[in-house]
Amino acid sequence: MSGPLHGFRGGLDLDGRRHTRDQAIRPGPLPRTLVLPLHQHIGEPAEPVVAVGDTVLRGQPVARADNYVCAPVHASSSGTVIAIEDRPVPHPSGLSAPCIVIETDGEDRWAPPLPPIDDPTDTPARVLRARIREAGIVGLGGAAFPTAIKLNPPADTPPDTLIVNGVECDTHLTCDDRLMRERPTEILSGAAIAAGMLGAGRVRVAVESDKPEAAHALERALEDSGLAHGPLAWTIDRIPERYPAGSERQLIENLTGRRVPPDGLPKDVGVITSNVATFAAIHRAVLYGEPLTQRIVTVTGDGVRQPGNLEARIGTPVSELVAHCGGYHPRVAQLVMGGSLMGRSLLDDAVPVIKGTNCLLAATPAELTPSAPAMPCIRCGACAEVCPEALTPQQIYWYTRSRDYTLADDWGVFDCIECGACAWVCPSQIPLVQYFRHAKGAIAEREKEQARAELARRRHEFRQERLEREKQEQAERRRRKKEALKQGKDDRKATINAALARARRKKSAEKED
Amino acid sequence: MEFPRRSSPHQTGASGVAAVMRQVLYALVPGTLALAWFQGTGVLVHLAVAILVALGTEALVMRLRRRPVAPALADGSVLVTGWIVALAIPPLAPWWVTASAVFFGVLFGKHLYGGLGYNPFNPAMVGYVMALIAFPREMTYWFPAAAPGDWPVDAAAAIRAVLLGADEATLDALTGATPLDLVHAGTPPSGVFMLEAGPGWVVAPLLFLAGGLWLMHQRLIDWRIPVAMLGTMAVLAALLWLLPGERPAPLFHLLAGGTLLGAFFVATDPVSAATTVRGRWIYGAGIGALALLIREFGGYPDGVAFAILLMNGAAPFIDYCFRPRRGTG
Repeated sequence: MSGPLHGFRGGLDLDGRRHTRDQAIRPGPLPRTLVLPLHQHIGEPAEPVVAVGDTVLRGQPVARADNYVCAPVHASSSGTVIAIEDRPVPHPSGLSAPCIVIETDGEDRWAPPLPPIDDPTDTPARVLRARIREAGIVGLGGAAFPTAIKLNPPADTPPDTLIVNGVECDTHLTCDDRLMRERPTEILSGAAIAAGMLGAGRVRVAVESDKPEAAHALERALEDSGLAHGPLAWTIDRIPERYPAGSERQLIENLTGRRVPPDGLPKDVGVITSNVATFAAIHRAVLYGEPLTQRIVTVTGDGVRQPGNLEARIGTPVSELVAHCGGYHPRVAQLVMGGSLMGRSLLDDAVPVIKGTNCLLAATPAELTPSAPAMPCIRCGACAEVCPEALTPQQIYWYTRSRDYTLADDWGVFDCIECGACAWVCPSQIPLVQYFRHAKGAIAEREKEQARAELARRRHEFRQERLEREKQEQAERRRRKKEALKQGKDDRKATINAALARARRKKSAEKED
Repeated sequence: MEFPRRSSPHQTGASGVAAVMRQVLYALVPGTLALAWFQGTGVLVHLAVAILVALGTEALVMRLRRRPVAPALADGSVLVTGWIVALAIPPLAPWWVTASAVFFGVLFGKHLYGGLGYNPFNPAMVGYVMALIAFPREMTYWFPAAAPGDWPVDAAAAIRAVLLGADEATLDALTGATPLDLVHAGTPPSGVFMLEAGPGWVVAPLLFLAGGLWLMHQRLIDWRIPVAMLGTMAVLAALLWLLPGERPAPLFHLLAGGTLLGAFFVATDPVSAATTVRGRWIYGAGIGALALLIREFGGYPDGVAFAILLMNGAAPFIDYCFRPRRGTG
């Protein structure tokens, strides 16, 4: 039932280190306080709609999405809003950001659900989109792009294929694997809803080959649910294990042979993709009216005592989630949100689980490669060989080091998907991705600077123009006044002359008399 | 609880520069042993001198540059440089030829440009060519290699010759033209000659080939460079061979002199080679063509070292011409 595969260039053979793959999903803790960042997605932060002291119920919206690229936030348990303030959030900078803090009452009472949509196939896409947006669903694979926008492609290039991403290629992650094994029907149902909204006739569910049970469960569910005999063309595709097979662009290339242009999006090649957990969330939001208040998080690493897959409430402090997993091992040395290739290191475990949190990796020194001092680049080219985006990382590194950001840009630093394959193979152990992030930041900063300069220049030019115009207007006024004066003088002269003439005439007439 | 901040990826799979260099050294061992077998103990004495001078020079320069000495010595790159120079020096040449070639290569070829990773020219070739130009006579002290162990001087005499110098008469009697010299003498060696000259001219290069293939298999060197170089050389040599006149067969060119050692261990030096995929084809082909032209029409018996240095100089331009553009893949 697998479709044809086209492969993708570069990549790595990784040891997936999926130690939690046999850990069934178990419920997460109900923490004393929940910390809900207003900005958990790509786009603009949400706006709070509650005040300190308000009591809230689980599933009740606490922040609304005013902007288009935004997602609302819902309370993930019942309790009282005790603060709306800056708290540390899972961001590599370690900076704080506005959060709504809820003290839970332990009763976990639900707000009344949104009205269930019993027959999604009979419901306009517009209504379903509004529901998905209202439920606060964002991409749960990690990037957290608001899903309702993804499911609203332009009319000129209607997508023909929906890709359900169950590849989960980064190390340590097993949350999607468990979801596919335990709740395959939810994923397929959500995918069917999305495909219906998009008008895509083909659904391809991609599963990495190290998850045979997941592929099996999906195949069985497809048969049992009757979806296999419906109007959509389904395939469950077993993708060879090769990092970063789950990266959107690589996945699309692998499954369809289409290359998303460097500045483009999947919709430009007629494809929409999302993570399996996103589709499960769509299923629940549409059929049961349940907003997104929880997600499955893999808690793993030798630094935690009882690793597992937890259905964690959004807003659960990482420390509480770890405590729920038996606490830290004394040798714990590093905390990473995500897998070891693309995850972000956390400075503090007070930060909450957010919608994009797929994994918490509490690692011992032996588990992760300690950052060895970087050696000089010997231009071996191994980085270019593994780069799935066909970049030449060593050159971009070289230009970044010499602060030649224009050349770094020319050589495609913005096409870098930060998968880390180059850094993985670099014999000189150069933290290449770190350099590329720096270059991107520097270029963005410079562009902002340029935009500011441009604005200042235009403002200056406008002022010059205005001054010039005013000068001209003044000159014009002066000229007119002069003319008027001259005219007046002439008029007076003429009057005098006329009077004189009259006098002369009179005189001569008197003489004649 | 607080944790340190690190940039992703949090895990790497590379074994490090030192491991790469170590593998290159391992790959050199069989060919080196064969060379010692056919050319006598002198080869090993030169190797020892080269290693000592290489490490000493690296340590000295790093100290002068106020950089940590131990990591530079540990990365093994200078050992590779010294080792390759030693293989290129005739077995009866005095020790100071090797010493000065290695010293010059490491100092001028490597550190004056900024050290490991920054040198545009291969340091071993810089040192070797310096010796070739500065000590033309000493650089001809090769044996006409015959059967293994059938050395004109015994081990003790060879060591004495290298360390203390041999008298001129002995040298004149012992050393002779290498097959490559015969190309210029107008009596190009045929396939039969190569066999007559004994297996010494063939076995060591073939073992370097084997070492190179192993490096290729380990994906430590790019297969494109040797393939382009040897392919171009073979095609051009075949064309010349087919023309009227006395020319050596293509196979001779592939086996003779420094062709195979150069193709797999020097031209593939990533620091000084072209780095783009298409660029590496051009770079390798350029070396093959230049080496053959120098051999056939130039003033030196072998042209591989000159060809590599010339193409090293061209590599940045080649990379510039063939740089991948955004979106073209």
